[in-house]
Amino acid sequence: MKRREFLKTSLMFVSGASVSLGALEFFDVREVLAAHPEVRWGFLVDTYKCVGCGFCVKACKTENEIPFEANVTRTWVERYVTLHDGRVLADSPKGARDGFTTSKIDRASEGFEDVPQDEISQAFFVPKLCNQCDNPPCVQVCPVGATYQADDGVVLVDRKWCIGCGYCIMGCPYGARFFNPVTHVADKCNFCYHRITKGLNTACAQACPFGARQVGNLKNPDDPITKILLTQRVGILKDEFGTKPQVLYIGLNKEVR
Amino acid sequence: MVHGELWTIKELFVLPNEYIYWSIQIVMYPYMTGLVAGAFVLSSLYHVFNVESLKNIARFALVFSFALLPVAMMPLMLHLQQPLRGVHVLMTPHFTSAISAFGIVFLGYGFIVAAEIWFVYRTYIVKNIVRLRQKNDRTAGETLLLTIHKVIALGAYDLSEKAVAADHKAVRLLATIGIPVACFLHGYAGFIFGSVKANALWMTPLMPVIFICSAIVSGIALCILSYAVFMEIRKLIAKRSKPGAGHLAELRSIEEHEVHSTARYLLLFMTLAITLELLDVIFRGYTAVKSWDIIREVIYNKDFVKIFIFQYGIGNVLPFILLLLPRLSTRRACLACLLVLFGVFMMRWNVVIGGQAFSLTFAGFMEYHMPVIPTSMETFKEGLTGAASVAITPFILFYFLNKIFPAFIRDEKH
Repeated sequence: MKRREFLKTSLMFVSGASVSLGALEFFDVREVLAAHPEVRWGFLVDTYKCVGCGFCVKACKTENEIPFEANVTRTWVERYVTLHDGRVLADSPKGARDGFTTSKIDRASEGFEDVPQDEISQAFFVPKLCNQCDNPPCVQVCPVGATYQADDGVVLVDRKWCIGCGYCIMGCPYGARFFNPVTHVADKCNFCYHRITKGLNTACAQACPFGARQVGNLKNPDDPITKILLTQRVGILKDEFGTKPQVLYIGLNKEVR
Repeated sequence: MVHGELWTIKELFVLPNEYIYWSIQIVMYPYMTGLVAGAFVLSSLYHVFNVESLKNIARFALVFSFALLPVAMMPLMLHLQQPLRGVHVLMTPHFTSAISAFGIVFLGYGFIVAAEIWFVYRTYIVKNIVRLRQKNDRTAGETLLLTIHKVIALGAYDLSEKAVAADHKAVRLLATIGIPVACFLHGYAGFIFGSVKANALWMTPLMPVIFICSAIVSGIALCILSYAVFMEIRKLIAKRSKPGAGHLAELRSIEEHEVHSTARYLLLFMTLAITLELLDVIFRGYTAVKSWDIIREVIYNKDFVKIFIFQYGIGNVLPFILLLLPRLSTRRACLACLLVLFGVFMMRWNVVIGGQAFSLTFAGFMEYHMPVIPTSMETFKEGLTGAASVAITPFILFYFLNKIFPAFIRDEKH
């Protein structure tokens, strides 16, 4: 073969091959949408507004069919009490399902501790729920892919596929997961996915009498919670794990674990 | 009642959903895989590195490793909340999870061990088939054995010098591949724990290495112990059938020789394991990150007896001294091995249960109370009875495997 001929054929071959490869790449609407989703669900908790009534926990248990008496919950409220001597006491009796009705602190097996009022320097409540992390460790460690992240950021559990190994429960740094005593698979808060995808509010936010909880679309600049995020100082829980949590807190303190 | 609530006692500030979800079966899981890996590595020492002194124990270790293999899966199945869905791990493995590779690594390792046993025993199987075929008055057991051997032989009846040499070559190759795979199988069990970033006690890159070393330690200890026990049984049988002292003395000398030389390897790996474990504790104390306050409380206070008395004292230091003292007798070696096995078990316990002994809040503790008497399926599975069934099964399996692949026969090579 002559050099000219060789160059000609190779040029033809290369250009022909590149065209066919390019033609293989189809434009998929879903793919583009998934890469640039219009919705990213986020949650805003204003700890200044929370009074520890526990209505959110009750509403959540009812809405999501978590047995009322079972000592597990998708959302819970913690109480932090700082004393003048620097000691920090915290509790969440039954996840605050019945609200904080006594000033005594629940010390689990050690019983209740009565703290004299004049020793307390400050006290506040912190509602907790699944953080729907951007980098969710629970999704990473699930051996069968039964827990996964939807395009809109919410982490969901496939109850029909979960094998119940508990690795996701171990992997969550927030203690958001547990075994559902009825289904015997991993369970956790999903921002009331069945409600928010229909334009409804989450059960907990709906039940909160003080507006301490708000769910919203972080991709929408006109969303009330996005507006707050842009104008106020907010914090997240356990930043050091690199999970990129999407539940944001107003008035977070260093004592909060 | 919620899973885990039955055996968890919470102290101070613990999150509402926190329980000891990984209980005794998850202690058994790395313990059993460790024994599998350790037993295999011991047998490979002979096949790969030609450690002649381990010749007799090597064959036993190989068959025993095979008997232990299915048992490594048992605790996982007993632990799952949906055991019938366990097969999903093989069907839809999600590869970012450390557990997902279990099925593949486990099966791969199983094939290697099975193949190695096949090559080691091929000559024996063929000879046995020929012998039994010629026999006219076969018992029912012998007929069954003949059938099993015929199936296992896979039609490979060639016993020419060339074929047997090829067998030896294959054994060597498989044992060589098997060592890294065995280490991987177990190191990866360590990875399952070491990679959980949410758990301050587990998360360390040293975890897989620590697990491999303690696995080899426990595997060797179990092999020495069971080898000695089975040899005692054989001595008893020899005493009954052949009252002559010659055979008996021979058995005794083999036993002592094997136990002595294996004990040296045990010491070597024990030193390695202890060094790494101590390094881990020292490093945690020295760097003293946020979690150290609560971990220190667990290590030096809550679990002091379990860690320093049971694991390090009775499980490490004492057997170390027993093995190092001059004029090692088989009985003393066995006692040391028993203690080593206990020590490694305590190490697994202290990692798995100890890792869940403190809350994610770093302000509370959880105590594990193992169910002893089974009152429900759950307390059976994740209690003493479940753990005991896991511990007994390999010996039952070995009893049957030993009929097909006699672990104690002696031949000229391999």
